[in-house]
Amino acid sequence: MDTSLLVIQTLNGLQLGLLLFLVASGLTLVFGILDFVNLAHGSLYMLGAFFCATLTIWFGSFILALLISLPITALVGYLVERFVARPLYSRDHLDHVLATFGLILVIDTLTHMIWGPEGLAVPLPDWLRGQVTLWGDTVVPTFRLMIIGAGLAAAGGLFWLVNHTRLGMLIRAGASNRTMVSALGIDIEMLFGLVFALGAALAGLAGMLIAPITEANIGMGNGIIITAFVVIIVGGIGSIKGAFIAALLIGLIDTLGRSFLDDIFTLFMSPTAAENSAPAISAMLIYIIMACVLAFRPQGLFPPKVR
Amino acid sequence: MTRRTVLTIVVMVLVGLLPPLLYWSGNAFYLDLATRLVILAIAATSLNLILGYGGMVSFGHAAFVGIGAYAVGIPAHHWLYGGMDAIATTSGYVQIALAVGVAGFFALLTGLVCLRTTGVYFIMITMAFAQMAYYLILSIEEYGGDDGLVIDTRSEFAWISLDDPIQLFFLAYVSLVIAMLMVRMIVNSRFGMVVQGAKGNPERMATLGFNVYVFRLVAYVISGAMAGYAGALLGNFTTFISPEMMDWSRSGELMFMVILGGASTSVGPVIGAVVFIVLEEFLSHFTVYWHLPFGLMLMAVVLFARGGFVGMLTKRKGR
Repeated sequence: MDTSLLVIQTLNGLQLGLLLFLVASGLTLVFGILDFVNLAHGSLYMLGAFFCATLTIWFGSFILALLISLPITALVGYLVERFVARPLYSRDHLDHVLATFGLILVIDTLTHMIWGPEGLAVPLPDWLRGQVTLWGDTVVPTFRLMIIGAGLAAAGGLFWLVNHTRLGMLIRAGASNRTMVSALGIDIEMLFGLVFALGAALAGLAGMLIAPITEANIGMGNGIIITAFVVIIVGGIGSIKGAFIAALLIGLIDTLGRSFLDDIFTLFMSPTAAENSAPAISAMLIYIIMACVLAFRPQGLFPPKVR
Repeated sequence: MTRRTVLTIVVMVLVGLLPPLLYWSGNAFYLDLATRLVILAIAATSLNLILGYGGMVSFGHAAFVGIGAYAVGIPAHHWLYGGMDAIATTSGYVQIALAVGVAGFFALLTGLVCLRTTGVYFIMITMAFAQMAYYLILSIEEYGGDDGLVIDTRSEFAWISLDDPIQLFFLAYVSLVIAMLMVRMIVNSRFGMVVQGAKGNPERMATLGFNVYVFRLVAYVISGAMAGYAGALLGNFTTFISPEMMDWSRSGELMFMVILGGASTSVGPVIGAVVFIVLEEFLSHFTVYWHLPFGLMLMAVVLFARGGFVGMLTKRKGR
């Protein structure tokens, strides 16, 4: 196990963790405050990537495209809240799951109709395409560092918004007692719409950041949403802090597990056995962690205090 | 007879008679469609036991189906290419036993954890475990990984040959009838009453002295094993299996069949499977984008229609 590989994989894990956090934070906000299960949250992640890809090709600037795609994705999120989620608040979770499952099919197919079945590559500007030498022969792509930076900035911004602004105060108040908040004269429907839009923008941002690496493609939303669910279960549903810690944990464990588990296994089993079992175990690792968390702390590691 | 009984008999007679008649009159294609329909209906019936009657919303049921299919594919693969002598066989009895056994065991293991939770946690955890099974199969290169596995030899039984489409259809059909009767029996037994009671009010059942957790777990294992059996049939039908069978959209489709057809009714899942197959076939004729109207319909059913098709067809005043 050489250090340079370990550093690079740790950075990759951190990057995955931050992207997971961006998706999971919206999911956990919507669930914690609106008590709504949104399976289609992954579709917003995908839409963010496609909007950004198209706009990058139009304007020739990735950063400009990203800034314009954010409000567009938020708007889509608001529309989803208005027309799909709002009529379902009073129903049980099964109805939420079924309706948003239908919504996934609709959004995926529309995406297929508009952008075609192929993935859409996002060209990066030159200054993001290079590599940065950390030390010696340890080099990382500049863009991956940018993802980590942007992810951390978004996480910081979200914490500031939720904990230190009036809107954040209303969001937290709405989470603990929505009747009281609306009795105090707050337009609770508007607030819910905003929360949904905010979640959509965060998920969209994650999609936009990953698109230059993986291309924008149709299956991407469905791939990340399950992992995001694992994150919010491990972190405790409704808790942003929990989502942050769990996302980094899951991102790191998943990435490092995939690269180093066979090395670890050779410590106590034969190399062939390790080579055979490591891929299977590392693919299941995060689900095993989730099962353990559920078995010992069903409410998650950092459940929100007021529920 | 209640309206629901009449509906059940009419639907079952139609599903049993129409496809063979079409087949003998030269429309082999419809028999294929019907076989798939009947197999999916078995899987949906098994899901109905826990989702409809038990109130356990499993979003990972496709995993059991997939496990059942691989329980046919893996022994057949080793029988042909060697290795793993213990399970290398084409005997249908062994494969079916494996499918039911392994799916049931997987249900037991995951159920032990899942059933500690309720509500939305349960939905997500069943989904996550199904995803785990998906990635597990995906990561085993020997069995084709992402590309899937071709089943070269179908399961072999003493009296019937599954290579004959009509025999395969009738095996599936008889299995469906038995599955429906089994679920009926379970639901009407004392055991089933407790499971249904726990759906409405788990605290009350617990106060009455029943260990709700154990009752739910047993129901979950039965349901998983039954879905595994459906998977074994599905593997024999398609003769090609891939991890995609366990994808969560497959689980969603099964849920769709149960809810759309009418949860906690015998015939609901069958009607749901009919609607699903007809929609898929009909819509995909018109457009490759058939998921669009399908998704819109699903949303419309959830938003505006309750009780599914059985509810619509048997609705009476005052209900």
